[in-house]
Amino acid sequence: MNPIETPKTYQDYVDKKSPNSPIIKNCFNAFWVGGLICSIGQIILNICKERGFDTQISGTIVSILLIGISAFLTGLNLFNKIGKFAGAGSLIPITGFANSIVSPAMEYKSEGYVMGVGGKMFTVAGPVLVFGISTSIIVGIVYLIFNTQSITLV
Amino acid sequence: MKKIGKQTVKFDTPPTIVDCSSIVGPKESQGPLAKYFDKTLEDEFWGEKTWEKAESKIIKENINLLITKSGIATNEIDCVFAGDLLNQCISSSFGLRDENIPFFGVFGACSTFVESLSLGAIAVEGFANNVLCATSSHFCSAEKQFRFPLELGNQRPPTSQWTVTGSGAAILSKNGTGPYITHITPGKIVDMGIKDANNMGAAMAPAFCDTLITHFLDTGRNPSYYDAIISGDLGHIGKEIAIDITKSKGYNIKSNYNDCGVLIFDKNSQDTHSGGSGCACCGSVFSGYFFRQLKQKKLKKILLIATGALMNSTSSQQGESIPGIAHAISIEI
Repeated sequence: MNPIETPKTYQDYVDKKSPNSPIIKNCFNAFWVGGLICSIGQIILNICKERGFDTQISGTIVSILLIGISAFLTGLNLFNKIGKFAGAGSLIPITGFANSIVSPAMEYKSEGYVMGVGGKMFTVAGPVLVFGISTSIIVGIVYLIFNTQSITLV
Repeated sequence: MKKIGKQTVKFDTPPTIVDCSSIVGPKESQGPLAKYFDKTLEDEFWGEKTWEKAESKIIKENINLLITKSGIATNEIDCVFAGDLLNQCISSSFGLRDENIPFFGVFGACSTFVESLSLGAIAVEGFANNVLCATSSHFCSAEKQFRFPLELGNQRPPTSQWTVTGSGAAILSKNGTGPYITHITPGKIVDMGIKDANNMGAAMAPAFCDTLITHFLDTGRNPSYYDAIISGDLGHIGKEIAIDITKSKGYNIKSNYNDCGVLIFDKNSQDTHSGGSGCACCGSVFSGYFFRQLKQKKLKKILLIATGALMNSTSSQQGESIPGIAHAISIEI
């Protein structure tokens, strides 16, 4: 057997030789940590509502607190350890978004506040923002076309 | 010196490696080879404000350490060949700007150490009496340039490798009693189409095998001639691939072959996945460990083949495959 006969055979051989990520373990950890973060959010939401805030303001308070906590943990060099363990579990909720903005801001502080922190802050989160906002515009247009009745009601 | 075979150079008066020195970072200091390094650091910054500055300091201090150790004065060194991974090799040029030694900046990605030694050996055979060869890499500055910010909470795939923080340096001299650099085999660029920047071992292994087999064909030697055949930073996966490829070409290197990236970290306790990488991987492991083995005559003939992945972050994003390179030097006492 000659693994480097062609790039194709080599790629197949390398794929066979390279261990895969432990998907079951990763999924399990992502599931319970992600669930835990969302539960914490829900607990904060319920407390806020009980204190008399309406749903919308309570939701905003949840976002602010979770973003604040994960930004703080990023600064303490702890969030990357949680992220390494939980993967998508800590990355997909709003905590991951906060981490993706704070971590380049910290990393590029050495290049100054304007071109370093300011210029590089969104290197990781930028694509999420661009495509998130683009998608919401498309959804809005679809909504406008197919649901004109509700628009007139507004 | 003369060329033998397709691409090997044989030296008439082989240059001596007079001395080597190495400095490594905190993670390497917890690895299996910790006791062999000249200096180990407790933190990645080493009193500097940025990682880039820290890397420059590491190579600078390592060179100073080597000059002190070897007893060869700075003004007796005719030139220095040095390189690293940061854009435009700033660690080396910034680290060496106060040294007042003629400077050649070298880039061969992680193969830089052996590339420098090869060029240094040619210079010694030519015009120079003493030549200094050095290289460095830094986990944090490499991550920043090639991957993601350190604090980003992402997961590394099992094929990924850990850039070694540290520096390796050697002084070559016309006069000396060995270990000698007897042959060099500069490698060709080999690209087998691997695009995964998280699987460098697989991208570089074909280049390693190409240079290794060319060296055997050119010199008429076989794997058993050497006490040890050492690759730079193929890591655990690359090492297995290299053994498979060479076997399919009719050479069995399994018994005396090892990889610096495999040796420098303990895979299980240090969470380094496929092993170490970076210019300093080969540089510090040779300077720290293998050079001592040669000096103590525990090893008599070694073939050191440093491997490099000749890509940058732009080429990866544009979907280019990763060209590999490997340079070999034969060191005998």
